[in-house]
Amino acid sequence: MSILAILEQRAGTWHRMSWETLAAAQQLGADLQQPVSAAVAGGEVGGLAEELAGKQLERVYAVEHELSKDYTPDGYAAALGQLLAVAKPRVVLFPHTYQVRDFAPKLATALGRVLVSDVVAHRVEGGETILVRQLFQGKMNVDVRFVGEPPYFASVQAGAYRADQVAAGSATVEKFRPELSAAAIRTKPLELFRESQRAVDLTAAEIIVSVGRGIKEAENIPIVKELAEALGAELAASRPICDNGWLPMERQVGSSGQTVSPKLYLAVGISGAIQHLVGMKGSKTIVAINKDAEAPIFEVADYGIVGDLFQVVPALVEEIKKAKG
Amino acid sequence: MKIVVSIKQVPSRDSVLRVDAAGTWIQEEDLAYEINEPDAYALEEGLQLKEKHGGEVVVVCAGPARAAQTIREALAKGADRALHIEEENLGTFDPLSLARLMAGALKLEKPDLVLTGLQSDDLGYGQTGVILAEILGLPHATIIMQVEKQNGGIRVKRELEDGWFQHVEMPLPALLTIQSGINKLRYATLMGIKKAKTKEVKRLTAAELGVTPAASIRFSRVYLPEKSKHTQILEGSPKEAAAKLVERLKFEARVL
Repeated sequence: MSILAILEQRAGTWHRMSWETLAAAQQLGADLQQPVSAAVAGGEVGGLAEELAGKQLERVYAVEHELSKDYTPDGYAAALGQLLAVAKPRVVLFPHTYQVRDFAPKLATALGRVLVSDVVAHRVEGGETILVRQLFQGKMNVDVRFVGEPPYFASVQAGAYRADQVAAGSATVEKFRPELSAAAIRTKPLELFRESQRAVDLTAAEIIVSVGRGIKEAENIPIVKELAEALGAELAASRPICDNGWLPMERQVGSSGQTVSPKLYLAVGISGAIQHLVGMKGSKTIVAINKDAEAPIFEVADYGIVGDLFQVVPALVEEIKKAKG
Repeated sequence: MKIVVSIKQVPSRDSVLRVDAAGTWIQEEDLAYEINEPDAYALEEGLQLKEKHGGEVVVVCAGPARAAQTIREALAKGADRALHIEEENLGTFDPLSLARLMAGALKLEKPDLVLTGLQSDDLGYGQTGVILAEILGLPHATIIMQVEKQNGGIRVKRELEDGWFQHVEMPLPALLTIQSGINKLRYATLMGIKKAKTKEVKRLTAAELGVTPAASIRFSRVYLPEKSKHTQILEGSPKEAAAKLVERLKFEARVL
């Protein structure tokens, strides 16, 4: 019985959340006094497995098969299901990536289990693992406990654990070759692509003014544009604004857009759903302007103004102009 | 093409939420409810596919009696008929047993395509669609931004992280979870609202579907999140608050 962290790579490059998940697994392993192993799947993952061998782990599983070279949910769920039958872990942890969302619930279902997705923290009480996750787009938290027999499945939210806390050590690498058949893989993945060259690089901006649903209509966008101009800032947005076409997709901050860490981030009319927070919570100073005092954005803000943005933003523009002379 | 769209009713986006007396869920009295937003995009995608290729759009919704309103709204937008899995205590069903309920309702339908939103705004597991695909034995793809019909199947555009996408081909029948923003949502027309009143809503119960609640996970406590930072809330009139903010940004945070 142990903890197994199933990590993610693409074309030989780690997904950055893999290390956060490994840190989570090591901390849970220490709390439960159980050994921790890690697995990585793909076509050939020898180099990545060697890198994991330098971490504090019991075992590293290199799950290799030519049919796993390109990710498919059928191929990955089958390969990892076979690994679990051999490794027999008590807890299986994944990074909560788009790929994990695509196959981990399938894998858990095939074993009659439920994945506790998007976990932000854990604690152990009397040998029992309690996972913390968010409800209602971050407005509430919930403590989740497992009922019944292991294995227990959970995925870890971006930024919830720190990658730099992965403990070094040494582990043995074990090759695992699953039995896969091309006929059982029903989806055919094609090449990855990007829509267009990104004309806007928000990651280079020192100041970002970001706008959310609170702006209500496309006609109101100039209100925040004026604020961005007064501050010499780049204008950005949360997903719904770009979905509606009020600002181009390339100005989106969040899990499906850009990840930014400017010295000043002003969130205007953004409630702070986790998909947005993961893209901006590394900013040095965060300001939130929102009418709802309980909006999750205030959980990460240094300064907050609870009020109507249509009154606050023009007042702020005026004060900034005054201050800048 | 016969398309089934799974929709869910959730508390309205701007609801003020309070923890209930038991401390294991929220107070549901006096809340307003609406369709889960990603499900609205899934419904719209289903309607557009039907308009392009013909067929039927059937809505399936598991929820208490109040969910009937959300179902009516989906019918008013153009869905042809609905299945309402009416259960007052859906909280006792974990994501797996809930998907079993939905699978039970879908077995008789034999759809070519099942669409769900990519996640719900309340529980936010983001996995009902994938679980449902596994139970129904269907191939699936998640976080979809485009659906095209092609010979013998479909070609979809799957969203990945950091601005990347991937096309995936698969045969039908299949299940897709739809990303918000894939299309432009329509409003119900007056004619649509009128017609919705005559459309069929078939009510099913867990007992009829032969599914018993199962809890492989349990919520032991629901609570307001603790703040990770100490937020200075700047009070006063908009002008006063704005002036305070500029002063703090200039002299305290030193970012202006």
